[in-house]
Amino acid sequence: MIAYIVRRALYAVPILIGVNLITFLLFFVVNTPDDMARMQLGVRRITPEAIEKWKAERGYDKPMLYNGRAEGSARIVDTIFYEKSVRLFAFDFGNADDGRSIRHEILTRMWPSLALQLPVFLVGIAVYVTFALLMAFFRATYLDFWSVVLCVAMMSISSLFYIIGGQYLFSKLWNLVPISGYAGGLDALKFLALPVVVGVVSGIGSSSRWYRTIFLEEMGKDYVRTARAKGLAETAVMFRHVLKNGMIPILTGAIAVIPLLFMGALITESFFGIPGLGSYTIDAIQAQDFSVVRAMVFLGSVLYIAGLLLTDISYTMVDPRVRFE
Amino acid sequence: MPVVLWTDALVFLLAAAVTAYFVYVRRQPHLLIPWGRVTQSAYGMSALVVLAMFVVIGLLDSIHYRPALERKAGQGAAYSTEVLSAFDAIASPLRDRRERTYSAPFATRAYARETLEVPGPDGRVRQAREFPRLAWGGVHLKDEAGRGADIFARALLGVALATLAWLVLAAAVAWGQARLAKRRMGEMWRAIWRAETRTPWRAVLITAGVLLALAGPALALCTHYHVLGTDKVGRDVLYLALKSIRTGLVIGTLTTLVMMPFAVLLGIMAGYFRGWIDDVIQYLYTTVNSIPGVLLIAAAVLLMQVQLDRHPEFFPTSAQRADLRLLFLCFILGLTSWTGLARLLRGESLKLRELEYIQAAQAFGVRDVRIITRHILPNVMHIVLIALVMDFSGLVLAEAVLSYVGVGVDPSMISFGTMINAARLEMSREPIVWWSLAAAFVFMFVLVLSANLFADAVRDAFDPRVKVGGLLPA
Repeated sequence: MIAYIVRRALYAVPILIGVNLITFLLFFVVNTPDDMARMQLGVRRITPEAIEKWKAERGYDKPMLYNGRAEGSARIVDTIFYEKSVRLFAFDFGNADDGRSIRHEILTRMWPSLALQLPVFLVGIAVYVTFALLMAFFRATYLDFWSVVLCVAMMSISSLFYIIGGQYLFSKLWNLVPISGYAGGLDALKFLALPVVVGVVSGIGSSSRWYRTIFLEEMGKDYVRTARAKGLAETAVMFRHVLKNGMIPILTGAIAVIPLLFMGALITESFFGIPGLGSYTIDAIQAQDFSVVRAMVFLGSVLYIAGLLLTDISYTMVDPRVRFE
Repeated sequence: MPVVLWTDALVFLLAAAVTAYFVYVRRQPHLLIPWGRVTQSAYGMSALVVLAMFVVIGLLDSIHYRPALERKAGQGAAYSTEVLSAFDAIASPLRDRRERTYSAPFATRAYARETLEVPGPDGRVRQAREFPRLAWGGVHLKDEAGRGADIFARALLGVALATLAWLVLAAAVAWGQARLAKRRMGEMWRAIWRAETRTPWRAVLITAGVLLALAGPALALCTHYHVLGTDKVGRDVLYLALKSIRTGLVIGTLTTLVMMPFAVLLGIMAGYFRGWIDDVIQYLYTTVNSIPGVLLIAAAVLLMQVQLDRHPEFFPTSAQRADLRLLFLCFILGLTSWTGLARLLRGESLKLRELEYIQAAQAFGVRDVRIITRHILPNVMHIVLIALVMDFSGLVLAEAVLSYVGVGVDPSMISFGTMINAARLEMSREPIVWWSLAAAFVFMFVLVLSANLFADAVRDAFDPRVKVGGLLPA
């Protein structure tokens, strides 16, 4: 088992190197530091000196891959590629344009993100599975038909409208919760309640429908027919057999996104003013802060690969037929 | 002077390809059967009617030209720097009648008070804070009290015209069907009305009726009122919503179109050749997949912006610049979405290459290129087709989110995303300005919903395995 996990983890290395190369190409080759400096400085203040100063402040004035003027190992180390890309592997993200350490920002901002995303994830699965099971129970009736129609309709609404609608109803019209903001400790509850509800509701359409398909597929299997033939009540079939077996694909699918919960929700966080990683990323994109975007790209892919790894492991745990090959 | 924007060319290429595909399908029984199933699905056909309306608007909005300016003596023809479309020409009553700022739907007066000079009873002019009359909305009314009656009369006219149009349409359908089936028209009409026809004409006619019932009054009213109000700079919201359709359609279809060649080529190569080619291609798409989509898109869009800013000389007009940005956005979205299709195609080719007829072709010494183009490609095309329709709605929704983040279409381009983005600030005004958000919501919802329903019908017809996922109870 451990050998299997180690081997799977080693597969991640070439992928991370690939991600690193892609980001390096995008941020330093396609778009040279000179371009970045021009964009940041604005049209009026572009002088060769200003560009050089801007680059020197951020360490972009070094050679790309190979420093011919340095000695020994500094020939490789004293370059943009080493300073900006290789160091990501040690989670050394450097500083943002406002001079603050990106690593420190990530460590403080990931908790609000998690406080928002974890409830959305857990409540979400419970709600979606309940709805899906109800639809599967009442399959081929009008209730099922109209539920699916409702799901398709809910899928067709942009997530922006869920947020705007939720804020308008709950905060502006009914004054139940503050419209946006965040506070530490228990006060966070009143700020997080609405974003969590919005997050869960906006996923009902696609997830319930998808889970319903999984349950229906499970119900068509032979063991379910056997269970019914034994004379089991329909509720017993549903809860004891279908639910249990249907949860396998649902949970293994859901596990893949657990690490990504740290990254936060981009749109929700910025609408509700939650100081998490999602709003950090959006602010960086809007301020065109390339070093933050680069750090988030790398972090995101690390977490994605961690999710893949977790999925692999969970498969082997729930299904003994999967061998550690 | 006609202007062919890049996206226009691709939109018409796509339209031509779809037409050619249907001509081809008519002669292929194995394709005719699944498409026949699509035409028998009531919700699929209703969705198709709605989509067809959107597509017509989108295509009209894709014929661009630069209007000629008045010719001065001794000079050659001069053209405006503004690029208009055929749709703009049709909708010029909407486009030209601009107010100064916000006004509510059907309003005759502006939404905010302004300082006006009002003649007092003694004939002296004094200043007062009043709601000024609009420049265009309801300007034909002498007495504003008659507004309700006027709107009612015009709406009634619109409904009457719509009813007439619907009756003509229904009669045409019944007549055409009756001729095809060699039955009497009255008999045919009863069959349609009891939904006994194979093609669900009743659903089609009901959908068309609902659309006409909405469009008729809107058409009759929009020349004298702002049916959906005006936005911050006084543009008619109905016009904005209709213009957004093209942007949505372009993003939803061209993204899949531009990424398709890569996905098809790489997916089939990986599945067919296996070995190290498979390893390399799999590595490639796992790597691209592992970068969070929004971030990859944001990074690429930021970089594109830098490049566009560096080369202003490429764009004679701002519309061409916005259009190129739209095209690049499609490419960038395609960059993140090709992996799913490639993976599906890889799996399918892996299965196909083990089948007898392909093994036989290999034994005969047919070259790989020929096997792929003759035997594998036609047999995976239905997957590509399903991907094309399934991805559409997701891409339309993605555009709105990306425009909100600031990495979507050009801010000057009218789209659902830019409309929502502008409406966000209006929600915090007091009293709130709700109509542009509502218009964006309704139009986007109808577009995405009909696309979703149509995609369901297509997938159910082509992929019997996932039938349980369909809309109708299994």
